[in-house]
Amino acid sequence: MSERALPPVTQLGMASLALIVAGGIYLSAHLPHHVPLGPAIALLTASALLLVGNVIALSRVRDFAWERFFTVGKWSLLAYVVIAGMIEYAFVQDHIHGGALVVLTLSLVVFAVHVPMLVGFTVARYEHSEGRVAA
Amino acid sequence: MADTAISAPPVAVEAVAEAPAARLDFEIVPRRGLVLVAVAAVALIVAIASNKLWPLTFLHVAGGAAWTIIDLFLGLVLGPIMGQMSVPARVEFTTRLMPKMVLIMPTVVTLTLAAGWQLGLKEGTVLTSHPLHGWVVASFIVVGVMSVLALGLLEPANIAVLIELKKPRPNPEVIEHLMKRFIYCAGILGLMQVATLVIMTKLASG
Repeated sequence: MSERALPPVTQLGMASLALIVAGGIYLSAHLPHHVPLGPAIALLTASALLLVGNVIALSRVRDFAWERFFTVGKWSLLAYVVIAGMIEYAFVQDHIHGGALVVLTLSLVVFAVHVPMLVGFTVARYEHSEGRVAA
Repeated sequence: MADTAISAPPVAVEAVAEAPAARLDFEIVPRRGLVLVAVAAVALIVAIASNKLWPLTFLHVAGGAAWTIIDLFLGLVLGPIMGQMSVPARVEFTTRLMPKMVLIMPTVVTLTLAAGWQLGLKEGTVLTSHPLHGWVVASFIVVGVMSVLALGLLEPANIAVLIELKKPRPNPEVIEHLMKRFIYCAGILGLMQVATLVIMTKLASG
């Protein structure tokens, strides 16, 4: 299938999610002991930078199906905000506080933005494929 | 969250090519099912808030059983059967199955993981003092890998396939391309599910 050249949004998104997950595993694997937040902050920062890079790279694409991207993305965003909210609720219920809560909350923000972006991108990249390729 | 269940029934290229050039009538997200999802979400919130053993165990075990069984059954049993079905039957089955998966899988995964985490805190399983802590961390890693694959590859492809199938003339090459994602990920996620079973039975038996 001949596809137009697009930035590696999916690959960067998966790398970003992997960093978030690694940070979460790092923090949860040390409970209940106090854990240095440095590695978790580094992983979160790297993940957030990948998100920013992804947004910038995608925003520079010309003739992208933005309408489809935002239509799908906004509903996906709603779903993932709900999921992230439930996870945040569990954190608060478990009396997580201070720096760990900040890191985990920001991780959830990256998660709740990046996944809908991946869904919207995957759908929108094929928006104008109809009839382009002979069946 | 998508999973191997979604990956199981690949729609053949010819299936779409031979499909009628009319918009298929199905909902990408079944709205009536959202009520059940909301009920499950409320049950989870109540279980976490009450922090009682039975509701947490129920949601974790029921959700986890559904997650694993759906993955393995659709991936290893139903998928090959679908491959032998007629083209129109395959398309019809896919358009009926995959929208339900859009609701079912994220729900059972959320129930399993959230209730499981709370249960682990309550029982002390996730604490470093637990004798099988290494196994617990292994389960975190397994779930983490599954999450990244499901969120980054499978769910976006699942939604994209459904939207492509809704078009008056779906592009068969797009469908094939997206389904390849499923096939490659299905093997990895299947292994992850087996690993999950090994870890969880080890933790349960001590």
